[in-house]
Amino acid sequence: MSPSLALVGVVGVLVGTGVYLLLERSLSRVVIGVTLISNGVNVLFLIAGGAAGGPPLIGTTEPEQMSDPLPQALVLTAIVINLGLTAFVLAMAYRSWQLHGHDEVQDDLEDRRIAQRAARDEIDSRADDLGTDLAAEAAEARDETEKVGLDSSHHGAQLAADDDEVSADATEPRDPSVGDPSAGSGGGAR
Amino acid sequence: MTWLVSLPVIIPMIAAGLALALSKRNRAQGIISMVALTAVLGVSIVLIFVTHTQGPQVVNVGGWAVPVGIALVADRLSALMLLVSAVVLLGVLAYSLAQGLADGSKGAPVAIFHPTYLVLAAGVATAFLSGDLFNLYVGFEVLLAASFVLLTLGGTGERIRAGSIYVIVSLLSSILFLISIAMIYAALGTLNLAQLSERIIELDAGLRTVLQIMLLMGFAIKAAVFPLSAWLPDSYPTAPAPVTAVFAGLLTKVGVYAIIRAQTLLFTDGTLDTILMVLAVLTMLVGIAGAVAQDDIKRLLSFTLVSHIGYMIFGISLASDVGLSAAIFYVAHHITVQTALFLVAGLIERRGGSTSLDRLGSLAKVAPVLGVLFFVSAMNLAGIPPMSGFLGKVGLLQAGLADGSGLAIAGVAVGLGTSLLTLYAVVKAWNKAFWQQAPQVLPETTVPRAMVGPAAALVAIGVLIAFVGGPLYAYTDAAARDLRARTPYVNSVIVDGERGAGESSQAEDSGAAEDATNPAEDPSGTETADPRPSERASDEPSDDEAGER
Repeated sequence: MSPSLALVGVVGVLVGTGVYLLLERSLSRVVIGVTLISNGVNVLFLIAGGAAGGPPLIGTTEPEQMSDPLPQALVLTAIVINLGLTAFVLAMAYRSWQLHGHDEVQDDLEDRRIAQRAARDEIDSRADDLGTDLAAEAAEARDETEKVGLDSSHHGAQLAADDDEVSADATEPRDPSVGDPSAGSGGGAR
Repeated sequence: MTWLVSLPVIIPMIAAGLALALSKRNRAQGIISMVALTAVLGVSIVLIFVTHTQGPQVVNVGGWAVPVGIALVADRLSALMLLVSAVVLLGVLAYSLAQGLADGSKGAPVAIFHPTYLVLAAGVATAFLSGDLFNLYVGFEVLLAASFVLLTLGGTGERIRAGSIYVIVSLLSSILFLISIAMIYAALGTLNLAQLSERIIELDAGLRTVLQIMLLMGFAIKAAVFPLSAWLPDSYPTAPAPVTAVFAGLLTKVGVYAIIRAQTLLFTDGTLDTILMVLAVLTMLVGIAGAVAQDDIKRLLSFTLVSHIGYMIFGISLASDVGLSAAIFYVAHHITVQTALFLVAGLIERRGGSTSLDRLGSLAKVAPVLGVLFFVSAMNLAGIPPMSGFLGKVGLLQAGLADGSGLAIAGVAVGLGTSLLTLYAVVKAWNKAFWQQAPQVLPETTVPRAMVGPAAALVAIGVLIAFVGGPLYAYTDAAARDLRARTPYVNSVIVDGERGAGESSQAEDSGAAEDATNPAEDPSGTETADPRPSERASDEPSDDEAGER
């Protein structure tokens, strides 16, 4: 079996573009990237199924000319799963935008800490770290995506949002029409 | 008795639907989850006995036998994993119910907690029971989707931050897995594990190695094997304590389980064993080095989790009966002890108001029970002699010595060093949190008894494994022997030669000519086999050339 070159090309382009987008820091681009890769993989399944043939129905097509129905069933399942996961990531990106005003994937806490320590030019952190914990440090640490001179009120809001009582209303100036449903969903989810 | 096999998947799924329908009534949800998971526990105990005495149990879903339908297979390994996961899921559920009661309605788990938790249980069971690669993928996705929701529960900023990394990494590993499934299907024309294990031998060695690398990459991300483990210590600590506990205990072990299946059923020629062993040793070292540097209990425990995954991979990479048996024993031990530790860390957070070791102190005076619980499970994790962790490590080290190669001996040495460093890390944590003078005044709270109970029960189970160590080792020995022999598994899935009993009469006509025991030699009959294997056979010389080039 020699697969169709056009299909292989489509897979290559979809996966390549998807990987590029996946490396971005913005969650919405990551969503698009994941979707592209998944579609690329779906086409890969079609290639895996072999050459196209007649409908796989006994009596309609000779068994030798049937196309393989299994990859199409697999692709269908993969599409459904991908739909659900995409919806979840989109919801997460929206929530991130609600809380922080952007949907960027933020640094690992450990990375932030190390960057902060390097910025202070310290060797050992634990000797004089008494009384700070990760949440506080993370809020102080400068994230690559945030502007350097960001005012402290933003950090304060972020810290408050870190607590279990989500005070999303203080975080971002939003019109009431947006604020209402989110407050409703917060209450409903609790 | 084979219908039993489907129950661990069906019961939590139905219960999840019920719990979702009753989302306004928290108490009813709690009762439903409790009953469902207790039933799963009962079923898995029965499954242990049935698989131990009667061999692997197979359910052909929808009545379609192997080449056409999907099979759920419970062998000794699956049954043991199911039992341990049911115990852990039940314990964590009791803990979180108590947490909800203690906090009143305000701090109670959100209404979607129970349905999601049950879906997670169903996904884990699907992954353990699946006899088909694509079904394994579906099981992974079900448990991943549930874990996404649980990890970002409540949608606070911190959880969204940690969740987005976890979600992206998990999606990536799933995509890798899916790509390797597509390539395996293109190469072999089936996804059934039993059929694959018979057919994969005829593949070109180079192609087989490529497939192995791709599959193992996907699984190793899920299992957090170094260097694919960086996502874990950042994602887990932010979740609520019960969620972290069940993630740490179970989710990585599903990846380890998948690696065991892939290494024993599909890729038995040991091409990557050396690389796997090197990675196992590095996982131990890097993980424990991270743990030593931490000053937050939850992060410290996350790093020890990564480190101890290395022990299991080491056992698998030895590719011997004793090594595999010890690895399975270690998985069972580690699921319980790691979950118990995270539950105790949750209790420490409640009592001391923080998990930072710089803020905690003198807990031994105000909460002696917590001190005992943490100490016992920490010693169990480090592998102090009478405990089950010691038995698991001794088994692994003996298997490594029995192997005798230089790398295996090095692995044994690193394993010993790692358990010493684990001891150092947890004793440091214990000293700082329980023994030293508190740097600041601790909050005047008490930990609810109902939450201590389940945590104490899991700690006790972790210790009790030592008392059943002999029988359990006999069981895992048998499991490992079966896994490496492969025939019990394959023969129980593929009953009547290749076709099974689930075909339509028409298909039987077209496939009647085929009575060869080796399906590879007669590819014309089955629909799934297509005409491709024959063409591939003609392609093989060129493949070999390509491999040599």
